Amino acid sequence: MAPILQLEGITKVFPGVIANDHIDLSLHQGEILALLGENGAGKSTLMNILYGLYAPTSGRISINGQEVVISGPQDAIRQGVGMVHQHFMLVPPLTVTENVMLGDELVHRGIFLDRRRAAARVREISEAYGLAVNPEAIIRTLPVGVQQRVEIIKVLYRSADILILDEPTAVLTPQEVLDLFVIIRRLVAGGKSVIFISHKLNEVMELADRVVVLRRGRKVGETTPAETTEEALATMMVGRSVSLSVDKSPARPQESVLEVSGLDVLDDRHQLAVKNVSFEVHQGEIVGLAGVQGNGQTELVEALTGMRPSISGTVRIDGHDVTNASPRQIIEHDVAYVPEDRQQDGLVLDFAVSDNLILNTYYRPPFARGIGLQRDVIDASARQLVQDFDVRTPGIDTAVGNLSGGNQQKVIVAREFNRPIQLLIASQPTRGLDVGSIEYIHSRIIAQRDGGAGVLLISSELDEVMQLADRILVMFRGELMADLPADEAGRDQLGLLMAGVSNAQAQPQPEEVSGS
Amino acid sequence: MSRSPHNRDERLQALLMPLLAIVTALILGGLLIIVSDLQVIAAFTRIPRQVAVPFTNPETEISLEEALWRHPNEVVIGDAVEVKGKQLRVVGDVRDATTQIGLDEARALYPELGPGVTIHFTFFQKPAVGLRAAWRAVRVAYVALFEGSIGNPRQMAQALAAWLRGDPSLLNRAFYPLSESLVTSTPYILTGLAVALGFRAGMFNIGAEGQYFVGGLTSVFVGYSLKGLPLWVHLPLTLLAGIVGGGLWGSVPGWLKAKTGGHEVINTIMMNYIAFALSDWLLNGPMMRPGGFRPISPEIEVSARLPRFFGGDIRFHAGFFLALVMALLVYWLLFKTTIGFELRTVGANPSAARYAGISLTRSMVLAMFLSGGLAGLAGANDITGLIYYMPNAFSAGYGFDSIALALLGRSHPLGVVLAALLFGTLRAGATRMQSVAQIPIDIISILQAMIIIFIAAPEIIRAIYRIKQRRAQEQPPEADIVEGVQA
Repeated sequence: MAPILQLEGITKVFPGVIANDHIDLSLHQGEILALLGENGAGKSTLMNILYGLYAPTSGRISINGQEVVISGPQDAIRQGVGMVHQHFMLVPPLTVTENVMLGDELVHRGIFLDRRRAAARVREISEAYGLAVNPEAIIRTLPVGVQQRVEIIKVLYRSADILILDEPTAVLTPQEVLDLFVIIRRLVAGGKSVIFISHKLNEVMELADRVVVLRRGRKVGETTPAETTEEALATMMVGRSVSLSVDKSPARPQESVLEVSGLDVLDDRHQLAVKNVSFEVHQGEIVGLAGVQGNGQTELVEALTGMRPSISGTVRIDGHDVTNASPRQIIEHDVAYVPEDRQQDGLVLDFAVSDNLILNTYYRPPFARGIGLQRDVIDASARQLVQDFDVRTPGIDTAVGNLSGGNQQKVIVAREFNRPIQLLIASQPTRGLDVGSIEYIHSRIIAQRDGGAGVLLISSELDEVMQLADRILVMFRGELMADLPADEAGRDQLGLLMAGVSNAQAQPQPEEVSGS
Repeated sequence: MSRSPHNRDERLQALLMPLLAIVTALILGGLLIIVSDLQVIAAFTRIPRQVAVPFTNPETEISLEEALWRHPNEVVIGDAVEVKGKQLRVVGDVRDATTQIGLDEARALYPELGPGVTIHFTFFQKPAVGLRAAWRAVRVAYVALFEGSIGNPRQMAQALAAWLRGDPSLLNRAFYPLSESLVTSTPYILTGLAVALGFRAGMFNIGAEGQYFVGGLTSVFVGYSLKGLPLWVHLPLTLLAGIVGGGLWGSVPGWLKAKTGGHEVINTIMMNYIAFALSDWLLNGPMMRPGGFRPISPEIEVSARLPRFFGGDIRFHAGFFLALVMALLVYWLLFKTTIGFELRTVGANPSAARYAGISLTRSMVLAMFLSGGLAGLAGANDITGLIYYMPNAFSAGYGFDSIALALLGRSHPLGVVLAALLFGTLRAGATRMQSVAQIPIDIISILQAMIIIFIAAPEIIRAIYRIKQRRAQEQPPEADIVEGVQA
């Protein structure tokens, strides 16, 4: 069967960079093609060419056997190519229908929006592919997973046959990812063709019919999940062999460094988000906090780091009562914190790399003497850290906002790990990073553990928690569901706990569950 | 890890852009002068059947060009005037120069004019006349602006030469314009620094005007109420009073923002009105000069006055140096100290500042205190350096111009000083421009406004001068850029 979409020799040259170098690609009808590659490998550039946002320097695009020139998104849509961006292009205060019709409005009598007809279309599409989206809902009130489905409806509404999904799982919870996969399978069953961009190997293995791997702008391999393994894909993607399983020696937990007891915390809407939570973290162990996003982990971490007051309960670090202490007082107890939202909380994007590296230690010697900043010391330290932590930056004066996500995270890690720490709180430390960066940050976290620090790792990626943690806590609706040794916790059991199925039901023998 | 090569280009552009903005504003200002100048309009349009007798003094000999320039459409060549080569010579009885009458009427009144010749051109017949008139109007205006703000270079050179020969008498006159410019710039520098410091800390201090008033009030009070102190005690105390007054006035909105979330833009504006009213009340009541009826305060003691360096009418005083020192201090504070690091972090990303353990309340109140203090010092500067008492109409709008100054100077102390010098110079020169060239002083406001627009919207300048920006067109994803630099 002739491919529905064929790219031949696509090359895109930016000043100083070859983003795509003679890439050939074909997509058949009803196929899920995974485009795999690290950040900066050229996936987005290639798809932006296909979507008409960039003009290729050379190369040919054919759709249904006919050569086409795509000069803009409107053009792409006319050719049946639709794209779901990683960052949604939705207007939050408008309804689903209004968002879907935006730019392609149905009207009656010339000037009046025909919302009813549009809503009927939206409902029709939603039902055809099992999207379960209410056309009247306001976008702002919808969970991220549903918002993404609205983006998919937008594309289908414009009668696209080829759907490009750009890193669609980056923003989703594990459950939402599963839902998305079901939807994607329904789409191809209904005759659509899908290009799925990702750098997550397990997703690619699970979903794709065929995999194309890009590295540094070149196509370095094409295979099917049946013919390959995650390790082989990772090697292709990174260009060297990487270890996917985390190597670590057994934990040697010592004294308790963090003791939380009976903690209650309110969220922004003044609802109880953390309910009577008690646990301990010991020196020399990694405690993983698992749970679907939005079950109180964020509020718990903010309470532990002084960013949010708790309403009852106590937090002790190294024996000192730090309940409702200020962030600075907590830092002073040798606590390092990798925040969940790195751009919002962890960095000042307009500041230079060197200034971000002293963001919470600027006031101490050797960076400051009295109130005077010691610029020489700061710069020397920054140069050292950039080297030690392999931060890819043109220089220490470069604004952090100009670095890639992985390198931004390395700046935070470099800063937080550059002082003696006895407790590390790492929240979603690898979210959105590529394989190489993840491997690196994992090894650094384990090194901290082996150096005697207690680590509290919060991650919505179950795999990450299972790989790294020595002990696993599961949080559901603000409560701790379980506290298990990692080697006793099964994936299915954790999944059930994350979904709120209590431990007793999941595991009939309570004596096997380690008490806290 | 070397600095990337286009960094230097960017720095060069950062210097070039304001310069081009100023040049463009001057060019547009020139056009404005041309289209609003009656003589130029006359030179461009044909006004038929109008006649005037141009010369009052029979002995006047002027060039044809000059005659045409002054009265391009009205030169009558008849019995009273004869043409000699390119020279016009007034030979006969000449009447009132201002008379402008119709040709027929003129003939009836002065039969001796004979047939007369009216020379008038339209622009297309003789474009050079119109263009010359336009050029001349602009030149006169800008020369007046320059001489009013910097001085006449020839006079200045002569004065210097005379001074070297031991005769300082010419100095005052020659350097008066320059000194006035510096005097005008001083409050601009201080209020500009005030707003810039606020910007850096994320606080939009729109209340510099009110803080300037309050600073003036507190300093004038200390200036006239304390008596018998030596200068080195009284003057610093008076200036400090201005800083504290303006600072406290400014920290109120800062505190309100930190504690209640009340927006500082609204609250600083409201504090302005309170400051104006407070000043009105004080000057009409408790602080009114004894034995007077005007709403002005008593004069401050001599010991509270900033020293002046030159005699005569040169008002240049130590405040200018004080302002420069403050600019250095602000620079040091912002970029070389932990306090500045905190303020800038709060300004750039409050969430990250909180994460870093910085107290937002402390930073906001401190930023507004320092900002208000600088504006208050501007008020104290004008009291102790210039007027020595507090008048009812105290400010010349420094507090509002300062917002533009901070923008123009990109909230950098050095940028603010340069912008303030520019504004002070323009303001000081405007007066002379008005008197010499009859160009309304408002044209300077328009010039200032255009400069700010061009700075705020650099795309306009880029489009006019075709300056390429590195990222003007499509750009690769960020990660690719960094990889590319690495490679």
